[in-house]
Amino acid sequence: MELKDLYRDVILDHNRNPRNFGPLADASADVEGYNPLCGDRLKLHLRMADDRVADIRFEGEGCAISTASASLMTEAVKGRTRAEALDLFQRIHALLTDDAATDVETLGKLAALSGVREFPARVKCASLCWHTLASALESTSPEPLPAVSTE
Amino acid sequence: MSETTGALRVPTRHFDVEAVRREFPILGRSVHGRPLVYLDNGASSQSPAAVIAAVEDYMSTHHANIHRGVHTLSQEATALYEEARERIRRFVNAASRSEIVLLRGTTEAINLIAQSYARPMLRPGDEVLITHLEHHANIVPWQMVCAQTGATLVVAPIDERGEVHAEAVEALMGPRTRILACAHVSNALGTVLPVERLVASARSRGIVTVVDGAQAVAHCGVDVRALGCDFYAFSGHKMYGPTGIGALYGREELLERMPPWQGGGDMILRVSFSGTTYAALPGKFEAGTPNISGAVGLGAAIAFLDSMDLDAARSHEEALRLHAEDTLGAIAGLRVIGTARRKAGLVSFVVDGVHPHDIGTILDQEGVAIRTGHHCAMPVMDHFKVPATARASFAFYNTFAEIDRLAAAVEHARRMFL
Repeated sequence: MELKDLYRDVILDHNRNPRNFGPLADASADVEGYNPLCGDRLKLHLRMADDRVADIRFEGEGCAISTASASLMTEAVKGRTRAEALDLFQRIHALLTDDAATDVETLGKLAALSGVREFPARVKCASLCWHTLASALESTSPEPLPAVSTE
Repeated sequence: MSETTGALRVPTRHFDVEAVRREFPILGRSVHGRPLVYLDNGASSQSPAAVIAAVEDYMSTHHANIHRGVHTLSQEATALYEEARERIRRFVNAASRSEIVLLRGTTEAINLIAQSYARPMLRPGDEVLITHLEHHANIVPWQMVCAQTGATLVVAPIDERGEVHAEAVEALMGPRTRILACAHVSNALGTVLPVERLVASARSRGIVTVVDGAQAVAHCGVDVRALGCDFYAFSGHKMYGPTGIGALYGREELLERMPPWQGGGDMILRVSFSGTTYAALPGKFEAGTPNISGAVGLGAAIAFLDSMDLDAARSHEEALRLHAEDTLGAIAGLRVIGTARRKAGLVSFVVDGVHPHDIGTILDQEGVAIRTGHHCAMPVMDHFKVPATARASFAFYNTFAEIDRLAAAVEHARRMFL
């Protein structure tokens, strides 16, 4: 494993200039994610319309991996349906934890997160925002969602 | 930087760090292809070969359960266990072996005091006084016992340097203050607290004193009778011994009055269904089969420390800390968190634009082990308005060249994130 696999240019760029960063008026859900290991907190603001992610923004102070992951995530899920966003959550979860994950090519920029898998101590940094997203999607869902498997 | 550059800052007797390093097998290993630079001693220090050999010798030659067998191995194991207790007693200068309770570590020791000493004694409205820089292990047990008894937790402030001022603590010692619990040395900041004065002030007001010595015992020289505290807690793995073993010093008069904390074997004199007579000190607080091999290892660690010139070792650690503050301080955007005038051998820091966890990962790739995070001291992080810090903590086996590798790796991390 090499540092440049973890800190790819896409990650460094999104850490330096996080997209969709800041508060969101008229949010349907404001959910806080917390990593007790490092004490990092992340606030995710989500506005749903017609079962789609109409807008999504985040706040908080975290490491480069968690900031970039959240920034990339907001770009990736904006405009997607709830089901599509949850499906993406599952695929990213597999990408971060499962050596056999194969669909890296279909993930676009999110594929930059694949290097995190080689740094087990940092997987939670990358996955925090996604877990937070899953719980925000659940909390705004009109009906119960199938249980989200995480670990 | 040469070895002498930093050493000149503090006049020291000759300290042969290379000879000391040869005693620690793990210091010879590599991490990610680079010689290990181990700067996480505040979390857990490494063990010399003598400790590893003592544990192995115990396990391969003497192991049996203690205090119960008439057979040879049980007697040998009991003798080794009690010999370790005696070494610990001498190391902290307790008056009697009855005052040394062997436990899992500092955390268990503080919980024992909270549940066995404080809980039966505290009344609603009583106060337990701590400071803002405590480790969670010296906060949460007190919150728990306050919730159980209706007592109030009072927190003495720290200043912008991370210092605790005795006057500020004394100002909070009131008629309802029953317990003062404070660190000897802050694990997150390195601050050495004015424990001598705090203990004296508390005693003069009839307040019982609890000192969390986890970060101090290997680095400061502890004499519990000179200090005059009622309780002093510490962990073996922060003083070159194994994990899972530590000790609580308690003044005999207080320990005698305290009920047992846990019930079981080894802590009784006589058991019948109509009642139980507890064992004498310190057995009363050592229910169940203890960590015998851990105790033997801790005894060996103390024998190792006894064989060293500890004054020279401490001067070396101080010189390392000053050298680290110089070299790290020269890095653009780096801020040292905790600039107390009296500090032990650790440096906590943050770097503009680089989160401590990223620093930790990048340093690890260069073979440099430091701690990153909140250091189980979240109120300290809040005080300095940082989510986390990077912390390099030193032992006498560290070198000036290792500090230079630390600084070079931090500079590398900073440049990556420019």
